Amino acid sequence: MTETKQTVVAAEDFRRIGTAGLSGEQLSKPALTYWRDVWRRFRENKLALLGLIILIAVVLMLYIGPLLSGQDYQFINGAIKNQPPSREHWFGTDEMGRDLFTRVCVGGRVSIIIGLCCTLVMFVIGSLLGALAGLKGGLVDDIIMRICEIVGNLPYLIIVVILSIVLGQSMFSLVLAMSLTAWVGTTRMVRGQILQIKEQDFIQAAYALGAGTGRIILKHLIPNTLGIVMVDITMSVPGFIFGEAFLSYIGLGIQAPGTSWGALASAGQQTMMFYPYQLFFPCLMIVFTILAFHLIGDGLADALDPKLRA
Amino acid sequence: MEREKEALIEVRNLTKYFKVGRGKILKAVDGLNFKIYRGETLGLVGESGCGKTTCGKTVMGLYSATSGEVLFHGTDIHSLSKAEKKEFTRKAQIIFQDPYSSLDPRMTVGDIIGEGIDIHGLAHGEKRQERIYELLETVGLNHEHASRFPHEFSGGQRQRIGIARALAIEPEFIVCDEPISALDVSIQAQVVNLLIDLQKKKNLTYLFIAHDLSMVKHISDHVAVMYLGSMVEYTTSSELYEFPLHPYTQALMSSIPIPDPKTERIKRRIPIEGEIPSPINPKPGCKFASRCKYAKDICFREMPEFREVKRGHFVACHEVQRRMEPVPEFSAAEDRSRANET
Amino acid sequence: MSKGEEILKVENLHVSFKTYAGINQAVRGVSFSLNKGETLAIVGESGCGKTVTSKAIMQILPQQAAIGAESRIYLEGKNLLELSEKEMTQVRGKEISMIFQDPMTSLNPTMRIGKQIAESITNHSDISEKDAEKEALRMLEMVRIPNAKERLRQYPHEFSGGMRQRAMIALALACRPKILIADEPTTALDVTIQAQIMDLIRDLQKELNMGVILVTHDLGVVASVADKIQVMYAGEILERGTVDEIFYQPSHPYTLALLQSVPRLSTKNKDTLYSLKGTPPNLIDPPEGCPFAARCDYGMGICRKKDPDATVVSGTHSASCWLHDARADRKGLPDLFRLGGEQ
Repeated sequence: MTETKQTVVAAEDFRRIGTAGLSGEQLSKPALTYWRDVWRRFRENKLALLGLIILIAVVLMLYIGPLLSGQDYQFINGAIKNQPPSREHWFGTDEMGRDLFTRVCVGGRVSIIIGLCCTLVMFVIGSLLGALAGLKGGLVDDIIMRICEIVGNLPYLIIVVILSIVLGQSMFSLVLAMSLTAWVGTTRMVRGQILQIKEQDFIQAAYALGAGTGRIILKHLIPNTLGIVMVDITMSVPGFIFGEAFLSYIGLGIQAPGTSWGALASAGQQTMMFYPYQLFFPCLMIVFTILAFHLIGDGLADALDPKLRA
Repeated sequence: MEREKEALIEVRNLTKYFKVGRGKILKAVDGLNFKIYRGETLGLVGESGCGKTTCGKTVMGLYSATSGEVLFHGTDIHSLSKAEKKEFTRKAQIIFQDPYSSLDPRMTVGDIIGEGIDIHGLAHGEKRQERIYELLETVGLNHEHASRFPHEFSGGQRQRIGIARALAIEPEFIVCDEPISALDVSIQAQVVNLLIDLQKKKNLTYLFIAHDLSMVKHISDHVAVMYLGSMVEYTTSSELYEFPLHPYTQALMSSIPIPDPKTERIKRRIPIEGEIPSPINPKPGCKFASRCKYAKDICFREMPEFREVKRGHFVACHEVQRRMEPVPEFSAAEDRSRANET
Repeated sequence: MSKGEEILKVENLHVSFKTYAGINQAVRGVSFSLNKGETLAIVGESGCGKTVTSKAIMQILPQQAAIGAESRIYLEGKNLLELSEKEMTQVRGKEISMIFQDPMTSLNPTMRIGKQIAESITNHSDISEKDAEKEALRMLEMVRIPNAKERLRQYPHEFSGGMRQRAMIALALACRPKILIADEPTTALDVTIQAQIMDLIRDLQKELNMGVILVTHDLGVVASVADKIQVMYAGEILERGTVDEIFYQPSHPYTLALLQSVPRLSTKNKDTLYSLKGTPPNLIDPPEGCPFAARCDYGMGICRKKDPDATVVSGTHSASCWLHDARADRKGLPDLFRLGGEQ
């Protein structure tokens, strides 16, 4: 309390005015919706913001890159095999003389699309089954959980091999194979969340007001699990990108002339001793993308944590 | 009972058991009988774990009863059809203890209050909005608050939002489950005043569950004391505070700290040994026997009957007659004048 | 100031917190002192700064909190704010101890109770482990835990709520501190257990001649145990005095409101209780003038312009309110209200 400001006190000031003109019910904080509040805290996390910037930059590169380089990813030019990075070919060329930069961009689109598709399938199946199991309980819960255990224990590689034999090696079979087993974790997580929220008073209040099961799922349970599910989604995209890279690397993934980061890395590995940049660039992109998703996921998890809300 | 009044709620032999592991049964509510008269408040007090909240939620139909009946206007609410049940939810409401978990964090205050209106289709569009504004004003908040989210409000404000939500469907009966325990003293008075005021205006009936005995006395017409799932004493609130008869009630009453230093200095507290035993697989006999200094052999063998020992004063204790202090028998006339007083 | 010498003196304590919306000035210039064997109650609503004040004395504030440079906290003459973290560790537990509303915040769930108490003793003295364990047993007996010998070997989750509170008190008092800070020690407990714990604290205080700072919002608890009371609101002390002065001669409208808002024996059933309108001010942007002005029925123009200085009502009693100024408009003030200052 500094006494710099001299208040002039007049007799007038001693007249009773009570609480006139002051409501005392003002809210201290500015109005922020839930998601705006999450965004505010996310923004404060410098690393998460960096992740978002990297991701945006990578995605922009994948789509604008080929236009800038002016090269075609399938164009074979026997004259310029295995060239190191140059002004013409930014990432160099591969053993068939194709522009590596353009191939990385196009392959990246495939990798990211596969990652997103698998995540979407996982999210839809996982949250539906999880919500059902959590809310209904009893026999329904038991059946869904047993299915989860069985599917979760199936050997993943064997499924992929069988599926690629039955359906042929396409993007579709790859997505199917990877998401077939992945939803188990999401189901368990959503179920756990629902079990927790179900016990809260506001759900009881809704029942007391006469709300039916449908209303409770749509209006209360789903909006309240969305935050945690969002984190799960962001965190699982890199897993699928990795999975695709791995499968393509061992030859079960995307087939030529199509390509992906995994396929490019696989090709680069064969000539690693002589032309290391052919392995380096696709790997670098994989690392950047996965790092970005992880940073965003971490940031989201912190931003959504109700305990940290200030 | 003592007055010709319409019982809005009548609870008969209500029990609610929970299974907790193999062969273990938690007897949360064990054979309750009471009535709540229209326009009155029944205060339900007891320590944590005594089953008072379970009782409130079972009376509301949020828990199914293990046995016994809850009659609302004479029909058992646990045997209602789906449509009848929805109709019941229009007439009975509940206010929760925790002002933080009782409001959906993802909904605006307007939608929270409007939920009951939407479910029962009571109003639409502009009318709905007007009704929400009206309710906000009733609980001392303003229009601007309708578009805000619960986390922006203080505990007392949230509790008032919870009250507005309950009022939205114009119920006859409200279960108040410890509505003030989580609030500051000055805010408690706001909420209690609001509840009393609403009762006077709308002739509401309350089941007021609390462990703060001084507030219960203030708001209730009758008070019931629970211990380990059973009712040990039931009478009018002034009678209970002046002549508590059950040894547990006596100890409870004497433990309340009174905000008056001089009274506190001369007050003699009846100490109570140990802590409340587990409600899982309780022993036979009087549940309070293990902590009761008057306990005799019979107390450990037989569960005492809940009987009327004075006009309108029910106690479950074997030893009560012998211990009852020589208080003058009330004549019917005196009793009526006492009743008028409150 | 009858009960012995002064052990703690807090001068002009300022504590602020960084939040996204700005700096929250949680404590704004609080000064008080505590004597040996005396119980000082800090009363106020949640968010008034009472807990922050006690945590500032212990220096266990969260990272985003800052104590103002002008603040001084003297423990027997040495300024705690000048001590290094290492020196402060020696003060905590040994000279000043604190107990909380939730005992699980100070008990380690993975460690036996006896071990925890013994460890706290060996941390602060050169006692052998064996003697420390004997001392731990004595502590459990002192806080009247039945079967103390068996209880020593148990984990906190095997204790009931009241027993945990006792164990936490035993842990806090293991090194015979000079000051015990009790932050809402009984709020989470049932009345019968609450009475047991308050009795216990009072008895132990006499035994150890400790100074106790009781932080609470429960006026009933205050009435039964406190010697001195200070009423806090919006980070400031509005009124201070002995228990009787505060309860029977309140000199601040806020104290008056607090007293009137709880039902008394004389209050009639279902009468309207006195209730304060609104909520406490936002301390990120504290209002000019008296912080209580917006909710005060006796508010005057001056109240919204200038924060009143403390007016001495009697030797031990003072209040910060413009009603004590001779020019004030005092019509309708209840008889209970005690005026001070030059009349």
